[in-house]
Amino acid sequence: MLLPLSAVASNAFNDGLSGFWSEVSSREAVSALTLTLVASLIVTLVNVVFGTLIAWVLVRDRFPGRALLNSLIDLPFALPTVVAGIVLLALYGKTSPIGINIALTQAAIVLALAFVTLPFVVRSVQPVLLELDPEVEEAAASLGAGPAQTFMRVVLPSLGPAIVSGAALSFARAIGEFGSVVLISGNIPFHTQVSSVLIYNQIESDNPTGAAAVSVLLLVIALAVVLALRALGRRSARDGS
Amino acid sequence: MAAEATVVGREAAGALVPRRATRIGLRSVALLYLVVLLIVPVGLVFYRAFEPGLGALWSSITTPAAISAFWLTITVTAIAVPLNTVFGVITAIAIVRGRFRGRALLDALIDLPFAVSPVVVGLALVLVYARPGWFGKWFIAHGIPIIFATPGLVLATIFVSLPFVVREVAPVLRELGDESEQAAATLGAGPWQTFSRITLPALRWAIAYGVVLSLARAIGEFGAVSVVSGHIAGQTNTLTLLVEARLDNLDTAGAYAASALLAAIAIVALLAMTLLRPRRELR
Repeated sequence: MLLPLSAVASNAFNDGLSGFWSEVSSREAVSALTLTLVASLIVTLVNVVFGTLIAWVLVRDRFPGRALLNSLIDLPFALPTVVAGIVLLALYGKTSPIGINIALTQAAIVLALAFVTLPFVVRSVQPVLLELDPEVEEAAASLGAGPAQTFMRVVLPSLGPAIVSGAALSFARAIGEFGSVVLISGNIPFHTQVSSVLIYNQIESDNPTGAAAVSVLLLVIALAVVLALRALGRRSARDGS
Repeated sequence: MAAEATVVGREAAGALVPRRATRIGLRSVALLYLVVLLIVPVGLVFYRAFEPGLGALWSSITTPAAISAFWLTITVTAIAVPLNTVFGVITAIAIVRGRFRGRALLDALIDLPFAVSPVVVGLALVLVYARPGWFGKWFIAHGIPIIFATPGLVLATIFVSLPFVVREVAPVLRELGDESEQAAATLGAGPWQTFSRITLPALRWAIAYGVVLSLARAIGEFGAVSVVSGHIAGQTNTLTLLVEARLDNLDTAGAYAASALLAAIAIVALLAMTLLRPRRELR
């Protein structure tokens, strides 16, 4: 595992530091990276809101079909990413039965990333919410806090670390995602080409050094985000207790 | 406010729940999100796959290319998943029970495949095992082509599904403690006997759950195998690559059929996960 990854790192610097820099600062690479980061950030925020909401509904609400819904949350993990791409293309592509065609747009990338990263925040928040002592919330309510206030002041702070770690995982996954994005985005350079697809194209056009350089950058960002948010999560967990 | 909260609270097993209207509102928003993003699109693919009729669907997933892709996927999975299971259990034991330098580092490294883009995994294997790569010449000289051949697909699949078994087994092992193992040892059991009679049975559901996750990932892997496969139809195309190839050839119906097959496999995996989850938690 480490050997192949170190081959990537060493190949990235085949042409020295300046070679690495010129690969990652080419217009195409910068535009792909910007798109990747912005789309991943949007998706992470969407996941924070909807993931927490879905986790709350699954834990605290009671309605028929809840158990089925709970199982379905993991479907994006079980489904091959290329199938995820086809699935979204079927409903939101050019043969859309509802007339919404967003294929080959940046919105399609966000949609694909939202699909594949859906379970992360839900699955990290859910167990914490289950363990949460309802007495604290009841105490807040009996002291006169409204439901919204109870949620903001009591529930949300205890969910913080779980939300953060789920967000970190979904961001790391989003910036590396390939299968679902490659089908629906059309890979138009400077418009809908994300970094992972750029790497793929570089490999296909026999530029392994360029591919390795962009890969190293992507790897460093993913690791930095996961480590930073983990540290943050640990600190807020300590402050909270 | 408090009285109202108590009333609705009873419905939800003692937990505090806001007013009925708010609750239904939140539920609707969550459901709408899941319906629009997940349920309708997945349902539509099944509909599209069955639309041309059962006969057409059957002949589409039994063409020579589809059958060869199916068996290649099975072969790759059948090699990668058992290797990862054995490795996963050993690594989990090393991480939890071992006392050696670099244990924490190993623990952190195991998650690496989760943070690495599948395309980067493919690239890494190409840089090591392709003809101009580090060991490529040696392997090709010895008649073992790796890239654009089955061994490359196996390596890519092992890489991406590496962490699942470790991540399922390690927490159970930690919680289990080593009292029963020590007791067995005191009663004269050898290390192997202790492992097969005491440790392994306690881990079986965690291992099963990890295996299901690895299977789903191994069958569905696309990015990493796409880079190392070379897309030779009938030779190095797995099921996921077949989906892409058909879409590129504008065989949309064929792509839907192959996707539906993969989605059906994913749903079976999901079912297995749902059935295994309570056992894994209760042990």
